[in-house]
Amino acid sequence: MATPSIASGVAGPTAESVFGPARRRIGEKAIAFALFCAAATSVVITVGIVVSLTGETLAFFADDAVTASGFLTDGQWTPLFSDPQFGIRPLVQGTLIISGIALIVAIPLGIGTAAFLSEYASPRVRKAVKPTLELLAGVPTVVFGYFALTFFTPSVLQGFLGMDVSVFNGLAGGIIVGVLIVPTVASVAEDAMSAVPQSLREGAYGLGASRRQVTVRVVVPAALSGITAGVVLGASRAVGETMVVLIAAGQVPTTSLDPRNPMETMTAFIGATGKGDVPTGSTGYKAIFAVGFALFLMTLILNMISIRFVRRYRQVYE
Amino acid sequence: MSDDELTPASTLREVSDSDSSSSEPRDEPGLPAVPGEVPAVPAGQPHAPVPVVAHADVIDDAIDNPVFITEKLSVSYGTAPAVLDVSLRVPEKQITAFIGPSGCGKSTIIRCFNRMNDLIPGAHVEGTVRYHGVDLYGSDIDSVQVRKRIGMVFQKPNPFPKSIYDNIAFGPKVLGMKGSMDQIVEEALRRASLWDDVKDRLKDNAFGMSGGQQQRLCIARALATNPDVLLMDEPCSALDPISTGRIEDLMHELKETVSIVIVTHNMQQAARVSDRTAFFIVDMGSSEEARIGRLVEYGPTDRIFTNPHDIRTEEYVSGKFG
Repeated sequence: MATPSIASGVAGPTAESVFGPARRRIGEKAIAFALFCAAATSVVITVGIVVSLTGETLAFFADDAVTASGFLTDGQWTPLFSDPQFGIRPLVQGTLIISGIALIVAIPLGIGTAAFLSEYASPRVRKAVKPTLELLAGVPTVVFGYFALTFFTPSVLQGFLGMDVSVFNGLAGGIIVGVLIVPTVASVAEDAMSAVPQSLREGAYGLGASRRQVTVRVVVPAALSGITAGVVLGASRAVGETMVVLIAAGQVPTTSLDPRNPMETMTAFIGATGKGDVPTGSTGYKAIFAVGFALFLMTLILNMISIRFVRRYRQVYE
Repeated sequence: MSDDELTPASTLREVSDSDSSSSEPRDEPGLPAVPGEVPAVPAGQPHAPVPVVAHADVIDDAIDNPVFITEKLSVSYGTAPAVLDVSLRVPEKQITAFIGPSGCGKSTIIRCFNRMNDLIPGAHVEGTVRYHGVDLYGSDIDSVQVRKRIGMVFQKPNPFPKSIYDNIAFGPKVLGMKGSMDQIVEEALRRASLWDDVKDRLKDNAFGMSGGQQQRLCIARALATNPDVLLMDEPCSALDPISTGRIEDLMHELKETVSIVIVTHNMQQAARVSDRTAFFIVDMGSSEEARIGRLVEYGPTDRIFTNPHDIRTEEYVSGKFG
């Protein structure tokens, strides 16, 4: 009563009198929280992976048998021998060679498939090809591994092409990993190319450009960031692919650059050693985590380079 | 239909008078020299279901320098016809405007002139389009070759996400044109009166330009390949009045060297810029899908706007519908 009000005695407009009774928003908040939890899961798991890798990796380097310089420069990787050597170079080399072969296969096939589907195929053909491609993406990688070992190496490389390759070899592993990642590259690249506005194509066709010129000079440059994203995603899958290389490429850590020989990748070492009889807590066991950490760094760097690349070269069309 | 019914449209005459100087080729023996004084012309086939007006009266296309001649041109998408039986002659080195309400098929017809409809799956063209006497849809015609001669400017400015220079150079490079590219680019930009605006930032991305500049860049891009015809599909609909005015001025300059066909929603624009105007309507069928575009009337712009012979043209140009 101390503060006199002009509206004293008369009920002024309230939120309720104007908008009606307030609704309780518990449902809204619960949904927002549930969605936040879903998004947080991947972040938490990533952090967890880094933490668990880091702990074991530090323990690995604390081991007497290991030196950081030997790890980085030594050309021998024999962690399970009685006189173990921990030079990661053969594994890194194997990974890079096989991933490189995979990308040599997957980039032209994937981008070519994407360009065909987006620019050349009639709606009917597209309807038939896209599900087939997705089917390929759904084939378990272990199947690809045995396909490489029991068909591709003997029948195609040794038989049809008459190449002098080992039963286990990096070439077959790399090529089949490449085939394996074609759907990834193609699907992301195709999305990017289809998203290029029709008005840009019309502009180019209107100037007398042929379909090839429109595709190569307009659509691909405009979709470059998406295409690069597809290639990087494919490269990450190639670097991380385990089963195919474990089965088809052999398990010989070597510094040889010849892909006709058996070679071992980082993931193949992790897979083979992890399922073997290496005692928990031993140096060999810790080496799994050290290799895993190195692999993690490699894919991280790969992703960072590609993000920079995309920022630098992408063409904004809106 | 008597002539004094047609006065509501006469207010538009002032703006279209400036164009009348370029209308000599319309006057042909046997046809009305003065719009409005129509002698009894023997009725040809009635084009639209309006019994009082003879065909040659509403479709006045007696010109002796046609760049395009369409005969019974119809376009359908899938099974649905979009526009039916368009027969007209488009003159060389003049500006021809296609006007009419949305969905009347005016853009569809203009897209037959450079075979742009080929890019739309399911589009089907019947009838003929002759370009300098050659059937554009003949079996020996490559649509890519057609578009080299007949440039197009679109509704929304659509520069490529490249530099200003590379936008202009695109066409000449694609066509493998000989000569100094710098010179080709400069000339195209000058023709589109854009050179002074951009000469210091040729390497900048075209998306940094204003909408009006982007559209003039698209015109320059089309001019760089030295086309014979420029098709403009509502080129100013996304632009402000000042930019629109600049593009209209540009069109007046360009018609010295190229034939222009412009589709526009804007009647005043048609009246201001064009020498001849074609008016299309939508025939409302039983359902929304059954909308069919038809050509109603075609003739010198000042006649279409001041003395339309078809009641539907009159109602449209006087603002009663559309």
